[in-house]
Amino acid sequence: MAEIAIQNQAPPSPAIELWREFRRNRGAIIGLVIIVLLVLTALFADVIAPYSPTEQYRDATLRAPSLEPVGGHRFVLGTDPVGRDMLSRLIHGTRLSLVIGLVSVGLSLSGGVLLGLVAGFFRGGAIEYTIMRLMDIMLALPSLLLAVAVVAILGPGLVNAMYAIAIVMLPHFVRLTRAAVMGELAKDYVVASRLSGAGTARLMFDTVLPNCAAPLIVQSTLEFSAAILDAAALGFLGYGAQPPTPEWGSMLASAQEFIQSAWWVVTFPGLAILITVLAFNLMGDGLRDALDPKLKR
Amino acid sequence: MFSFLLKRLALVVPTFLGITLLVFSLIRLLPGDPVEALSGERGMTPERYARLLHEFGLDRPLWLQYLDYLWKALHGDLGFSTITHEPVFHEFITLFPATVELSMTGLLLALVIGLPAGILAALKRNTALDYTVMGASLTGYSMPIFWWGLLLILLFSVTLGWTPVSGRIAIQYDIPAVTGFMLVDSLLSSDTGAFKSALSHLILPSIALGTIPLAVIARMTRSSMLEVLREDYVRTARAKGASTLRVVGVHALRNALIPVVTTIGLQVSTLLAGAILTETIFAWPGIGKWLVEAIHRRDYPAVQGGILMSATVIIGVNLIVDLLYGVINPRIRHH
Repeated sequence: MAEIAIQNQAPPSPAIELWREFRRNRGAIIGLVIIVLLVLTALFADVIAPYSPTEQYRDATLRAPSLEPVGGHRFVLGTDPVGRDMLSRLIHGTRLSLVIGLVSVGLSLSGGVLLGLVAGFFRGGAIEYTIMRLMDIMLALPSLLLAVAVVAILGPGLVNAMYAIAIVMLPHFVRLTRAAVMGELAKDYVVASRLSGAGTARLMFDTVLPNCAAPLIVQSTLEFSAAILDAAALGFLGYGAQPPTPEWGSMLASAQEFIQSAWWVVTFPGLAILITVLAFNLMGDGLRDALDPKLKR
Repeated sequence: MFSFLLKRLALVVPTFLGITLLVFSLIRLLPGDPVEALSGERGMTPERYARLLHEFGLDRPLWLQYLDYLWKALHGDLGFSTITHEPVFHEFITLFPATVELSMTGLLLALVIGLPAGILAALKRNTALDYTVMGASLTGYSMPIFWWGLLLILLFSVTLGWTPVSGRIAIQYDIPAVTGFMLVDSLLSSDTGAFKSALSHLILPSIALGTIPLAVIARMTRSSMLEVLREDYVRTARAKGASTLRVVGVHALRNALIPVVTTIGLQVSTLLAGAILTETIFAWPGIGKWLVEAIHRRDYPAVQGGILMSATVIIGVNLIVDLLYGVINPRIRHH
């Protein structure tokens, strides 16, 4: 009974504290709201989209956005050069973009954390040297060029584009994890855990890693937007998603030649990319301020 | 300072060697070989195939091919393009000024707007001005630049008809290449029409390419300035009765710019990556467009040489920035 009384006076849990801090940032809240809407759009794309993203209405190619029905159909954001409904394609594109972000950040984060932990724990040895020089090499190449090269090896396509983006982002996660690990290793709680006989694996994943979570969460959010941008750029260059996949970047690539005649096929896919990327950047900034007051800009 | 220089160089050499190795193996992993790419749809007799393979030196052991590649690369010999049969080094050097010109004007734009915007935002913290600058910079930072380039074309070239859509200069001007920079060359030709044409071709791609660096520089300048303004020596300067202009311009700015210099150095990689997209959209004849085309055509030597040269440029610029950083911020040298 006494314990309950004490709990009532306890400080708020870290999650609640984080939320209170996060809530104060108006930009971050806007970002979060947009992300929630995007996730809902992605989940219920089949229900929300008025038409199929790949069905071609051959008698309604390159229709300008209008509320007027055309032959019984209403293309609110117009149609593309082969008569597909822009709005439906954009809605289905949301799903692709979020999956791209999730998969490539997930892959890169797990690989980067593993390499970063190893480099941070085995300092001064050949392992650390090899890992860090390898990361230096990857950072010395322009990211998009590296991604294009990787996709050229693996073959163009959405899945390979995700691998390529994960590889390109890897150095950021490795460096960040290593730096965070180095900071934690010097602290007393790690020494205490080591003295009480914890093995290296336990120290790595159980003791140190949870305390490095804050910068990694922030970085993951920011890399999420970078991944969406890079995937769109690869799609635009013809190395990402292949037609007729309604990916925003490849939609722009096929719309490029109609820039003189049909503004809507060029404008909307890019706007979708911008809004999505902006939302994740806003949330990432907000998370950084909330999680790590030292980094507050 | 000398030992600092040596330490930095000791890190650069293995990175450079690693890049040659990476570039070399990256290209070997590409599906298809350049001989196949050359033969195209027509096919080719096995004898001719073997002869061409031998001619390109592709029938030797891999490690020998690598050592040979490295030895030649160190002597500026990057082989011949399998498509144009021109020396790769020569192709790169011919196209590189176009990319440098574009990147430099983009970066200049970013600095001219980004630095004052960042400083003003810091001084007027939490005002409408600050929010506008930060909002605009976050938008710029989130911008897919290939779309941004298309929007600029849509607005200024298609709708308003102010600027040309693509290329470096109108076709009627035949400007002799002296420096390789079209702006300078057209000025030297003392044909004002040519200069105007070159400038009007340059403006849109520069804006497209400069947008992300602009956003990054504005953000960095603001946060760095805010940090410095909190320092004791700034308060001291204020207490002495120095004017705001003097406090900001003389005391704060010099220290606030130290991290900004590093940021600018890091933008070189961003600029080169951005050049790939910007040059593709605006048909700008630089190395970004050339590299993407080379990868597309499986032009091994051109891809190898191009990536190696771009990486060398990035490593070189980062080294210079690091050394510069050591000069303007002596504290770093002792770490």
